[in-house]
Amino acid sequence: MPPESLRCRECKTTYPLDARYVCECCFGPLEVAYAAPTAADPDEIKRRIQAGPHSLWRYRDFLPVQAPPRGALPAGWTPLLRADRLAGELGLREVWIKNDAANPTHSFKDRVVSVALARAHELGFDTLACASTGNLANAVAAHAAAAGLNSYVFIPADLEEQKVLATGVYGTNLVAVRGTYDDVNRLCTEISGEHEWAFVNINMRPYYAEGSKTLAFETAEQLGFELPDRVVAPIASGSLFTKIARGFEEWLAAGLLEGTPPTFNGAQAEGCSPVASAFSAGHDICRPVKPDTIAKSLAIGNPADGPYALDLARRTGGSIDSVSDEEIREGIRLLAQTTGIFTETAGGVTVATLRKLARRGDIDRDERVVAYITGEGLKTLDAVRGTFEAWQIEPTLESFEQASQRVAAIA
Amino acid sequence: MAVTVKIPTQLRAATDGESTAKVDGATVGEVLDALYARFGELRSRIAEDGGLRRFVNVYVGGEDIRFLDGLDTSVSDGDEVTILPAVAGG
Repeated sequence: MPPESLRCRECKTTYPLDARYVCECCFGPLEVAYAAPTAADPDEIKRRIQAGPHSLWRYRDFLPVQAPPRGALPAGWTPLLRADRLAGELGLREVWIKNDAANPTHSFKDRVVSVALARAHELGFDTLACASTGNLANAVAAHAAAAGLNSYVFIPADLEEQKVLATGVYGTNLVAVRGTYDDVNRLCTEISGEHEWAFVNINMRPYYAEGSKTLAFETAEQLGFELPDRVVAPIASGSLFTKIARGFEEWLAAGLLEGTPPTFNGAQAEGCSPVASAFSAGHDICRPVKPDTIAKSLAIGNPADGPYALDLARRTGGSIDSVSDEEIREGIRLLAQTTGIFTETAGGVTVATLRKLARRGDIDRDERVVAYITGEGLKTLDAVRGTFEAWQIEPTLESFEQASQRVAAIA
Repeated sequence: MAVTVKIPTQLRAATDGESTAKVDGATVGEVLDALYARFGELRSRIAEDGGLRRFVNVYVGGEDIRFLDGLDTSVSDGDEVTILPAVAGG
């Protein structure tokens, strides 16, 4: 499926495959349009995939770039784990966790940056940039370093310290902006008009977003080229959420999968839930909000793909829900204590939403559910601080046994 | 009241390449109408049914007008109105 053009999702005007993201006629978002699927034998396509590298580049036939540049950091091919103990807690039979914390910079952003960087390299850019809530900052700084590109990373000044440190270490130009993510995004949208940089989530956004499709491709391949019945995934801008669906749809069209697309459930934090609010109010556009939540990686008050996320949830019979900060903390602990996976706050949002859906009876017991864990717990340590206590003892057997008895007496 | 409007690169084909325009108006709506009067092509690109298209963001002094009074947001002499695409980020 070779890429043919960039096409406006709203008015269908087409543009060449260069660094642009907005339709000049109606301001709608541009997306990569591909040639119609060829009549290639699905088994032949599967063999090509299975002979490919253990990274997202095994799906290059479905991506808008030829190949990664030399030295590129490999991303993707993360574990899909069957979570029977979690399923048991939720009263479900088949729950899978797609653990995308197992990426080079520990979030799904390695996927989107890989694709954006490859296209930026093909177009001749020497500088990569982004507006980030943290995970993208890590990924842009690291992938630019690996490929030998300059980079500029713009973040809200109040970002978690772990995410700031795990960005600066790569030697990027780190710009802390006194404002919210939406302020950073507005600023970067202005800067992108003035500098010849590849802003991965602005002028390279059509290519960048395609990287999230690989989350669907991997899930399907890891399930033996089968579909899940239901997907639970977080929503910040809505790009990841909608592109996972696109991935499944492309493979259905290409004959690699059979059946109907999964039901899509979106997950937001109550303190930043413009899409969940629009869903429950029956609106088809989102009213922006000022975020106030511990889930900073999802703290986008003005989500670019909100209307499309709403449409996806409605047409697949799903929903978009929100959970409180306390539920997010509980979600982090529930996942950790039933699967051994420590996720950041965004994963807490996803697991808490999964639990909410299960308790509400939205999920049939026999459904195959896949929950997308998009980031690593070590990046948001404050979310678990104070939730348990270590035993404080002297380095003696006696001290240990005393403490052990004390704890047993309380329990 | 003279207000400076910042024009994004994607619209400059409709403003003879100008990146800013000084226009008069007491509200954002009046400012945009004055802008359309000067650059006729702009209206169809960003306006729809008397409002703004859904992927257009407008800011006054850096604040999204949807947090203010929308197109009725009042503007003062010297204010800066910025038009930007909404599809960035995430």
